Amino acid sequence: MDRILILGGGVGGTIVANLLSRKLRRQIDDQEVEVTIVDQSGNHVYQPGFMYITFGNEQEKNLSRPERSLIDERVKLVVDEVTRVDDTTHSVTLASGATLPYDQLVLATGSRIAPEEIEHFDTEAHHFYTAQAARSMRVALDAFSGGSIVVAIAGMPYKCPPAPLEVSFLIEAELRQRGLRDKSQVHFCSPIGRAFTIESVSDMATPVLEEKGIELHTFFNVETIDPARKVVQSLEGEELHYDLLVLVPPHHGAQFLIDSGLAPAPGGWLPTDHHTLQVGGRPDVYALGDTTDLPLSKAGSTAHFEAPIVAERIAAWVTGKPLNEKRANYTGRVMCFFEIGDGKGTLLRFDYDHPPHPPKPGRIWHLGKVLFNKTYWHTVPRGRV
Amino acid sequence: MLTDQPTMDQPTINRTIDARGSFCPGPLMELIRAIRESAVGTVIAVRSSDRGSRIDIPKWVEKAGHRLVGLTEVDGYDEIVIEKLH
Repeated sequence: MDRILILGGGVGGTIVANLLSRKLRRQIDDQEVEVTIVDQSGNHVYQPGFMYITFGNEQEKNLSRPERSLIDERVKLVVDEVTRVDDTTHSVTLASGATLPYDQLVLATGSRIAPEEIEHFDTEAHHFYTAQAARSMRVALDAFSGGSIVVAIAGMPYKCPPAPLEVSFLIEAELRQRGLRDKSQVHFCSPIGRAFTIESVSDMATPVLEEKGIELHTFFNVETIDPARKVVQSLEGEELHYDLLVLVPPHHGAQFLIDSGLAPAPGGWLPTDHHTLQVGGRPDVYALGDTTDLPLSKAGSTAHFEAPIVAERIAAWVTGKPLNEKRANYTGRVMCFFEIGDGKGTLLRFDYDHPPHPPKPGRIWHLGKVLFNKTYWHTVPRGRV
Repeated sequence: MLTDQPTMDQPTINRTIDARGSFCPGPLMELIRAIRESAVGTVIAVRSSDRGSRIDIPKWVEKAGHRLVGLTEVDGYDEIVIEKLH
């Protein structure tokens, strides 16, 4: 029997599992193939929704569903934590002590946040990368009555690259609506020499920052927080006073990937082929989603477009059929909505060779994001779009 | 091409970061990590095939108050050498 083991039940792992159960239905039914997902919580979380807990009255209960309810009945689900991958014996060890052998391995364990790496983060800074943090940020914004709001990035790469810009735009719009804009300053700090990594997006966002009176600070790599003086300091020697501090926490890949020698420390991002999505030249190990080292957004959209490539390659390996080169090579395709505030948004659509050309911000793209959030559960995880 | 022979302007390179194949902001972020980890006086060479690095990295070095020792094009990539000053 061919054993296909998928680590992680997020966007990437779930779509790969459902696509494989469709492509290999007969082989699974005839017990020639087994597809198994290992997920540490057993719950699939729609992480892009967290920002809407802060800014859109979203409820945490709407952002999580049991993984079992999203995957085909042919797919096995193991709820456990992975502690090690041994690619010489082709096996995965779990926290329970169980060992799972594999013939084809898919690594889709996402990224983890590490706010503890910045001293005083927990008491001084807010973020929107968990439901609880997003709720806490809502409380802080409700209590804010004027002053300085600083939005900064405490480590790259991080999940959803547009998010800190979006949050700055949404905060500014909210302050205006609440009559607090005249009493407030909004600062957006970018670790690089412009507002956003992709030049065309930076060119779109910079005039919007100017128009909204949001002060852009470039080359601001967060180094320390001084709670006594309420200042955040950069590696470059700049410091900004804050009354409310929003920081994107440092991110890393899963620790077991470093422990298993598959990903280098300290980042923990898997060295992944840009097109085949194979890890470190191994023909039987694939990665997708946040956990790769690809020069692309760490976002569900990336995993969404990578999943069919992984499924195509594994299905071809099982069936012995030749690879469909077009379907089996990732082009770097990503597509995501970008909130501008005031009910407007734009769209980023790009691949390795074609940078995005965001359309003029408008209401339609904001509504597109709202619609996507509402229909996500019925479309994306099931591999229907 | 830069050499490892120390001169007044070209001190010995203590650490080389090969960021070839990485795209913006990868080479700059690799340099920032190296600067954080290194002692004052360390000379770091960054190799980058991303054309944006030859603009971004010198700008960052100036803002952060370090010293740009040199920038050389070598076989299709740039080698940018920086000394950590503080």
